[in-house]
Amino acid sequence: MPRRLPRKDVVIVGFGWTGAIIANELTDEGLEVIAFERGPWRDAPTDFPPGYMQDELRYRIRHELFLRPDQLTFTFRNTMGQTALPIRSWGAFMPPNGVGGGGVHWNAEMWRFLPSDFVLKTHLTERYGAAFLPPDMTIQDWGITYDELEPHYDRFEYLCGTSGTAGNLRGKIMDGGNPFEGPRSRPYPTPAQAQPFSHTLFGKAARELGYKPFPQPSGNLSQAYTNPLGLRMGPCTYCGFCEWFGCGNYSKATPQTTILPHLIRKSNFSLRDNSEVVRINVDRSGKRATGVTFVDSSGEEWEQQADLVILSAYTMFNVQLLLHSQIGQPYDPVTNTGVVGRNYTHQTISSVNGFFDNKKFNFNPFIGSGSIGMCIDEFNGDNFDHGPHGFVGGGYVGQVQTGGRPIESTLVPPGTPAWGAEWKKAVKDNYLSTVKPGTGVHGSFYAYRDIYLDLDPVYKDRFGRPLMRITMDLKDNEIKQNKFLTDKFAEIIKAMGAEKLAVQYRTAPYDITTYQTTHLNGGAIMGSDPKTSVLNKYLQSWDVPNLFVMGASAFPQNAGYNPTLTVGALAYWSAAAIRNQYLKNPGRLVDA
Amino acid sequence: MRRILQSRTLACAALLSALTACCAHAGSPDMQEFTQIERGRYLSILSDCAGCHTVPGGRPFSGGRAIETPFGNIVSPNVTPDLETGIGAWSDDQFDAAVRKGIGRTGAHLYPAMPYTAYTRLSRDDVMAIRAYLSSLEPVRSSRNANTLPFPFNIRSAMIVWNALYFTAGDYKPDPTKSAEWNRGKFIVDGPAHCGACHTPKTLLGGDRTDQYLQGANLQGWSAPDITNSRRTGLGSWTAEDVALYLKTGHNRTSAATGPMAEAVELSTSRMRDEDTKAIATYLKSLPGKTDEAAPAQVDANVMAAGGAIYRDQCSACHGIEGKGVPHLFPALAESTMVRSNDPTTAIRIVLRGARSVGTKAEPTAPGMPSYGWQLDDGQIAAVLSYVRNSWGGASAPIDAKDVTRVRSDTALRND
Repeated sequence: MPRRLPRKDVVIVGFGWTGAIIANELTDEGLEVIAFERGPWRDAPTDFPPGYMQDELRYRIRHELFLRPDQLTFTFRNTMGQTALPIRSWGAFMPPNGVGGGGVHWNAEMWRFLPSDFVLKTHLTERYGAAFLPPDMTIQDWGITYDELEPHYDRFEYLCGTSGTAGNLRGKIMDGGNPFEGPRSRPYPTPAQAQPFSHTLFGKAARELGYKPFPQPSGNLSQAYTNPLGLRMGPCTYCGFCEWFGCGNYSKATPQTTILPHLIRKSNFSLRDNSEVVRINVDRSGKRATGVTFVDSSGEEWEQQADLVILSAYTMFNVQLLLHSQIGQPYDPVTNTGVVGRNYTHQTISSVNGFFDNKKFNFNPFIGSGSIGMCIDEFNGDNFDHGPHGFVGGGYVGQVQTGGRPIESTLVPPGTPAWGAEWKKAVKDNYLSTVKPGTGVHGSFYAYRDIYLDLDPVYKDRFGRPLMRITMDLKDNEIKQNKFLTDKFAEIIKAMGAEKLAVQYRTAPYDITTYQTTHLNGGAIMGSDPKTSVLNKYLQSWDVPNLFVMGASAFPQNAGYNPTLTVGALAYWSAAAIRNQYLKNPGRLVDA
Repeated sequence: MRRILQSRTLACAALLSALTACCAHAGSPDMQEFTQIERGRYLSILSDCAGCHTVPGGRPFSGGRAIETPFGNIVSPNVTPDLETGIGAWSDDQFDAAVRKGIGRTGAHLYPAMPYTAYTRLSRDDVMAIRAYLSSLEPVRSSRNANTLPFPFNIRSAMIVWNALYFTAGDYKPDPTKSAEWNRGKFIVDGPAHCGACHTPKTLLGGDRTDQYLQGANLQGWSAPDITNSRRTGLGSWTAEDVALYLKTGHNRTSAATGPMAEAVELSTSRMRDEDTKAIATYLKSLPGKTDEAAPAQVDANVMAAGGAIYRDQCSACHGIEGKGVPHLFPALAESTMVRSNDPTTAIRIVLRGARSVGTKAEPTAPGMPSYGWQLDDGQIAAVLSYVRNSWGGASAPIDAKDVTRVRSDTALRND
């Protein structure tokens, strides 16, 4: 019998962006809120000090900020006919750990999804006909519209101080911004970051090719900012250590810089770090969550009872906790029934490195910030006619110079030996004159019937629970989409004046060992039909109405953008529904 | 009928005696009256009673905190109304004598770690209001540990001599030639807020050096800055609004409170009324302070070059190449009197050990400065501080590596 902590109004599981947003919203409502975080407490000046944070070996190579696979991992296979094996070293994605979660180590690229992304199935079917979509593609509408989400996008952008140039202000297309974005009610809170040389060169080349380049919206701030909670942020210093790293300069939007100092002053909020929630408890009816069971760092099991349970862990752990707690029917791809684990997606990423004449070009690649970039959006979503191309989806492409860190920035032109004197000379010759766009092609990843999450029949975790199994591959639609985008991107890099290009397409099979992005989505998706979704449009569980599940696990499929802004906006949207509707009348917010 | 009358008489007698017992002093206000408790609560904020009489994280006003003095540690007593371990059984006279005269309940002299030398500016009514507030708190049973004063400082009667030298008893007497605001400021600074306890240098015996009133002092491993209006080392470059905002929020356009001042802001000044922080600012800005302008110091060009290189590498990301910082977030070193102070202890300490600024309701961010003591050696820290002391128009004596060595060893075992 686990020991019990005093009952609370709300228990929050996982304390990254969405946990912090929900905690702040619901404590404002006067509720007693407790949050649990599996990893340690982390704060900007003490855990990410500028004195040693710029350590690529420690943070990038050795994964300091991430979950240890010995604590929890997943099994992986490409197709249903294979036997899945445990992931023993993170590759394709990085499960975050500790207070702030992925909000600590992210690049802070702050994209809104397109209005058509939220009604994807309807939109594509209307425009191209149902037969245009691959038969095993299981894309869905979200059950929410862009217009419903817009005020919450705005709220998260202003919380973070987002730097950018508006492209569509209340329907008016603005010079210098992204002309394809949905209408925004206000300009960005701070102007776009100043762009380094390779970015302005990319912008010039793109313009000459007829595109409309614009600065990538960024949570690395262009100037000092005070957010609506009264928290202060400083201007980004372009240190080049952003992705994989925490920011001790208060210039990257993180829960630590935008919410926590305000939240922790509230007497109705508490947090337990190093405490892993292992189960959501439900009553005998199975229709009401009673709280959670967690294990502390001494291995002691505890129970925390609460009236409202918020699941706000990383995509994978949200789905896993639902499966382990037997909430919602697990998805079965053979019979195409069940919902938990369904529509699991990633991001379709590739890049093109350009090698320039080092006598003419010096890009100073160490000048970087996580999300500084010049991008074009002509080939995202349904911004272009897919009819002639035979695929759906798309993405933005852009030059995003995140930094010239010593270990992973030793790029050499194709054909250079992999080691020895010639390799060294090539590294030296090319370091300053290479355009290395990181994830330069950032494509959508749509959902398929046989790409999903379920519990592994063989491997177990340290508590004896089955590991979660990933079945994931790349389909022809995404491969075609990526080839198309990558070629378009290569044309621009070439037009910038590159002498040699290293073009890397995304190809099948899906590779779990090389990093793509940490943008995993789906598995506990939102929608308007309980037969094909775990959550209603307010992120409320169809089965257990006092359980809400935040995060990208709610995405029915992934758009051609980074997910975090949409994740944060959905959290505000859900919090508003809890505050304005659920608390007044606890129960299902949507009848089905 | 007669019986009823008798019982009424008895009841009246009982009531009368109760009234007499609780109103020992004719005309004393009711201890449980709201206005009195509220006035006492606010005076206890002005006086920062909680700062010394609460162990950080402990139960408020239950004492037990060791106050470091040059003579040894003095442990603060429990001032909750607990009858045995607190002040519940004290008479009003005993409480008043302790607060304003430094005489304990048994008649023994208190050490001036209890700032009765400042609290003497309060009126008896003020002290009774504080008493009323403290009496409204939940009693906490908590005995204090013994002081750790060595001989001869452990002889309390020595305080008779000390008081003769350094203690002038008496309420605050307003200066009629000054404004009401100025007088209010002086009253708070010299009285309840006891600013001089840290900011006025002390004699060898721990008395105030009145000739250097509020011109900065060294205690507990920190140098408390000059808070007169001196241009070079004091508040001369701050407006009165800057001063008031600093007190209220812990931050202003050039600076942030850390160390012991962070605690004073958190527990006391940030909770003061706006008119009181303004009054303090008005008063401090009226103090001329010392007029010396330090002759531009000759700093070795190599030291400046090395210090400048370290500054660009390690400091400029937050404090800016031009030392301007970010208002309310990162201090502007170019305008920092702490940086230019004649006593560089705090500047050295912050570089060595880092510091966390105070989070307040108005400024919750509480940014921190990382420690560089593990990364920079004493010579490098001396060089970078010499550089910031002599850049952007500043001119102050260079820091010697030996100064850094001294602060490093002096702060090695201290809490931050």
